[in-house]
Amino acid sequence: MAKYLLAIGTRKGLFVATSEDRRSWTLERAPVGDGAIYAVGIDTRRATPRLLASSFSEHWGPSVAHSDDLGKSWQEPDHAPVRYPEWTGTALKRVWQLQPGPADQPDVVWAGAEPGALFKSEDGGLSFELVEGLWNHPQRARWEPGNGGLCLHTVLPHPTDPRRMTIAVSAAGVYQTVDGGQSWEPANTGIRADFLPGDEPEFGQCVHKVAMHPSAPDQMYAQNHGGVYRTDNGGKQWVSIADGLPADFGFPIVAHPHRAGSVYVFPLAGDFDRRPPEERARVYRTDDAGASWQALFAGLPQEGFHPAVLRDAMCTDGGDPAGVYFGTRGGAVFASPDEGESWQELATHLPDVLSVRAAALS
Amino acid sequence: MGRVTIRVPGALREYVGGERSVVVDVPAGGAPSVAAVLDLLAGSHPGLERRIRDETGALREHVNVFVGADNVRDLDRLATVIPAGAELVVLPAVSGG
Repeated sequence: MAKYLLAIGTRKGLFVATSEDRRSWTLERAPVGDGAIYAVGIDTRRATPRLLASSFSEHWGPSVAHSDDLGKSWQEPDHAPVRYPEWTGTALKRVWQLQPGPADQPDVVWAGAEPGALFKSEDGGLSFELVEGLWNHPQRARWEPGNGGLCLHTVLPHPTDPRRMTIAVSAAGVYQTVDGGQSWEPANTGIRADFLPGDEPEFGQCVHKVAMHPSAPDQMYAQNHGGVYRTDNGGKQWVSIADGLPADFGFPIVAHPHRAGSVYVFPLAGDFDRRPPEERARVYRTDDAGASWQALFAGLPQEGFHPAVLRDAMCTDGGDPAGVYFGTRGGAVFASPDEGESWQELATHLPDVLSVRAAALS
Repeated sequence: MGRVTIRVPGALREYVGGERSVVVDVPAGGAPSVAAVLDLLAGSHPGLERRIRDETGALREHVNVFVGADNVRDLDRLATVIPAGAELVVLPAVSGG
């Protein structure tokens, strides 16, 4: 078994890269169709990690496939793995997130779906059930879709309390449950919504991604549609940590796998110029919970670089030091074996990259 | 008991064991609708049916179903009645993808 695996979901299919040293990579196209891979998951709780992939075919619709041999072969149940119950009168558009649960819930996998819904699997991701408490939330009817659709893109189970969870929807914002999903409350205090008139709303923010470190679950980080934020009290209040960044717009935000307080972002110039500032590819990392930011660009293109990085197209592996990865809408994937200090181009000329997930394999 | 043959496009044959067509047994008497045949298909070949219709029963936007040579979108959509002896043909639209 290779020591490191990177799953790369693109607009036209999935690619799997493996490496022994995170410097030399072998890249293969995975036999899971040519649909758009909006989400990939790596369930490392199993002896051989299970790969999960959410595909969307313009013709044949959405599905979720899994692989128990590190991407060489893929299976799908005959039944639709994620489907809205008949009483909702709603059809699944896409699955935007596949999130394995904590270690003590070994068969639980969460799926974030469009339009705005959360699903739970208790069989490792083969079949999912709608979380009705969120679907029945009275505010849901007033959620507005972002440009990508009404996508539930972030699922953060609390690492030790199965009753607690944080999710985020564009453009509804952050919601949380403390009772196992029966009831949910918005948790957007302090987050801007520049595209709405009046005072800061209770919900309706276009939070692009939220990150949490498992050892400090009350400290979370949000990349907003304008604004980068931290909460220290589990989402009750968010404060800006954008000072020190070249721009506060962007999509991904990724927690370091081992160090609480270390977080990665990939800033874009702004809502109306969704390109890297100064046409330079730069990842920014904070090691002090957002008090300061360091630009990381050794080995990255520093002129004429235009592609954006989408919300799930950046990740870390569980290695120590941590590997960091991002894929671009231009079909390139960059990898760092040393926490972002140096980078190399792992893949180029792929279809635009929608999602990446990596793991250090034992 | 009657039978309706459904022609399967190449891209979906992996869900029917590589076959070019599947046959659905329909109750005797009366002509079944396209929807009724697809309901039966959901029971026998769910992996195929869910790629033709979504879970609300709606025909997927970029999939066309023909009764003989006629697109059901030009007829009575999924309520279109299948005459005795006619086949259903499923094809991807040129849109999408």
